[in-house]
Amino acid sequence: MKHTLQQIFRSPKFVVGFSIFMAILLIVLIYPLFITDSPLKIIGQGTFFPPGIYVSAYDSLGAPKFTLNLTDAAAKRVADKLGDQERADIRDWLVADGIPETEIDIHNTEKLLEQWAQNYDPNKKIPGMTFAKQRYYQRLDESLKGLLSKEGAIIAQKNTETGALEEAEIINQTDYVNIDQVASVRVLPLGTDNFGRDVLTELVAATRTSLQIGLVAGLVATLIGLTLGLLAGYIGGTVDDIINFVTNLFIVIPSFVLLILISYSVGQESRGAFLVATVIGLTAWPWTARAVRAQVISLRNRDHVNLSKLSGHSIVHIILTDILPYIASYVIMALILQISSGILAEAGLSILGLGPKTTEVPTLGLMMNWAMIYQAHVQGRWWAYFPVLMTIALITFSMNLMNTGLDQVFNPALRD
Amino acid sequence: MPSDKKICLSTSGLTKIYGFGAHRTVAVDHVDLKLYEGEVVSIVGESGSGKTTLAKMLLGLISSSEGDIYFQGVKRDISSQKKKQEYWKNIQAIFQDPFSSYNIFNKIDSVLLDCIHMRGGRNLSREKKVELMTEACSFVNLKFEELTNKYPFELSGGQMQRLMIARIFLLKPKILLADEPTSMIDACSRATILDMLMQLRKEIGMTVIFITHDIGLAYYVSDTVYIMEHGRFVEFGSADEVILQPREPYTQRLINDVPKIYEEWDLSTV
Ligand SMILES: Nc1ncnc2c1ncn2[C@@H]1O[C@H](COP(=O)(O)OP(=O)(O)OP(=O)(O)O)[C@@H](O)[C@H]1O
Ligand SMILES: [Mg+2]
Repeated sequence: MKHTLQQIFRSPKFVVGFSIFMAILLIVLIYPLFITDSPLKIIGQGTFFPPGIYVSAYDSLGAPKFTLNLTDAAAKRVADKLGDQERADIRDWLVADGIPETEIDIHNTEKLLEQWAQNYDPNKKIPGMTFAKQRYYQRLDESLKGLLSKEGAIIAQKNTETGALEEAEIINQTDYVNIDQVASVRVLPLGTDNFGRDVLTELVAATRTSLQIGLVAGLVATLIGLTLGLLAGYIGGTVDDIINFVTNLFIVIPSFVLLILISYSVGQESRGAFLVATVIGLTAWPWTARAVRAQVISLRNRDHVNLSKLSGHSIVHIILTDILPYIASYVIMALILQISSGILAEAGLSILGLGPKTTEVPTLGLMMNWAMIYQAHVQGRWWAYFPVLMTIALITFSMNLMNTGLDQVFNPALRD
Repeated sequence: MPSDKKICLSTSGLTKIYGFGAHRTVAVDHVDLKLYEGEVVSIVGESGSGKTTLAKMLLGLISSSEGDIYFQGVKRDISSQKKKQEYWKNIQAIFQDPFSSYNIFNKIDSVLLDCIHMRGGRNLSREKKVELMTEACSFVNLKFEELTNKYPFELSGGQMQRLMIARIFLLKPKILLADEPTSMIDACSRATILDMLMQLRKEIGMTVIFITHDIGLAYYVSDTVYIMEHGRFVEFGSADEVILQPREPYTQRLINDVPKIYEEWDLSTV
């Protein structure tokens, strides 16, 4: 036993798979200790905020100011508003307005902005320009205003008596706040989703639920498959025929179709994560049953089983001590496969909208479903679906790696 | 043949057919066997002649396709688990391959304890059980203190087969079916094991069915010899009759297969 464990942990494939899986598991367990928000809490007003550090604009006004004389600050500010694309767009507008192209130098920021300020007229119609493009130029013009000014911005306060605005503070261009001194900062490493939820928090919770679903589905499938496989294989005869018939029936009807039908008939309201997991398990057992049966048939005529019979042991005793330990490694491998396919089945069901009820828990499949419905992939909001895909892939990849590693240990013929 | 003795096991028209259609194999073909109490019967045949299949039917480990088995004059009834357990108190076996005969997850102690429990010794004190196990082990020249908490696969092939004999020593069955107990063992341990078996037989008065492909061994140990070819008994009689004056060419061939030196050694013991 100890020897086998040693060998398992010497298999590089198993170790890599195991490490990935453990890392995922640790994150899932530890993350909620630090971020205690409910994973389904809506924090963002609007959809798909990109990943980044969100600093409270209001709090940064009140934060202590530091003066930093940085030479490239102005250049950065200009570059941020006036990139290569914007410069080219300005040139296009000016050319269309009738200014000869030779007179425009898009790398000379000051001259370009001056030409723009003199010539741009938001109401002017340029033939052939779409309405959207026209709006774009209006927005560009807005953002360029005061780009080269050297003055700071004035914060004004309303006088409660007269209602007039009074200058309260000037924020100079060289003023900085330390992000640590801003009262409220929120890091959204994966931005927000279509509902305005923190994707990372949601992803961690979803991974946890999906792992639980996989575990329950895997256990249910393995338990049923194991029991039926043992009975069919060991007892044989009519019992075998009946079990075999049922198994074949389940194999002939694709389990996913069955899954869809059951999930659909159960109805959205009563579909909790646990129920979905059980349903997945109830449709996934035939392969385990079949594999176990084949193993048991090859074992039941072995001499150690015969000796056990001759020693007066009951059928239950023989199955538990002379058959089960011999197929235990095999059953563990089948369980790992069932868990990972359970996770995939949940994802598949949820993508079709037949997953667990959406108001209770996030699952990896539900997150995919939401991202798809809100067309995150069309809009290029990669953070709403790509991390989910990666997580699903990592979990199944790590489990399959573990399985191959185990296979190599238990099947000496496969060792390289 | 000792006609005054009682028949303890017999068969009539016993047949086993494996598979059907193109895979149909008649492993045992209408076999009639009479086993008298206290004698040693050898069943000799080449590989694949159906010896193990016959043994498993006699043991009740597989069902027969045709024919009957009589135990102590009455038709054997092992229809329920209870009846089977009762039957197996009377008939036990040593298998061909010691390496696959033991459950690799069970310790040696549990193998021997099972035997004590089967003989109704479940409620004996721990000391009494250890005493019985020690006695059984010392009968086959093994030291129980050294074996306790060990696994069978930590033993050599010869030691495993001796442990099997210790098992029989504890069980004291009426009939022992030894299916080529020495075929996987080196020639040196072979003689020791055979001697132990024969001594045990004398001590507890067992009837022994000795299965072998080695007609020399059969001659060495048995009173009666059955020659088996393609599932059928082609010749049988006392060991002297069959081996010294074989009628069948098949028997002749089996005799010729025995290495010369062996033959001389066997004949010298007459
Ligand atoms: N479980 C089985 N299913 C199908 N055929 C079998 C089975 N067991 C044995 N046979 C066939 O029955 C025949 C007799 O086999 P058996 O094991 O009884 O031979 P044996 O005399 O014991 O041979 P050996 O000396 O090699 O042990 C062989 O042809 C074998 O292929
Ligand atoms: Mg055999």
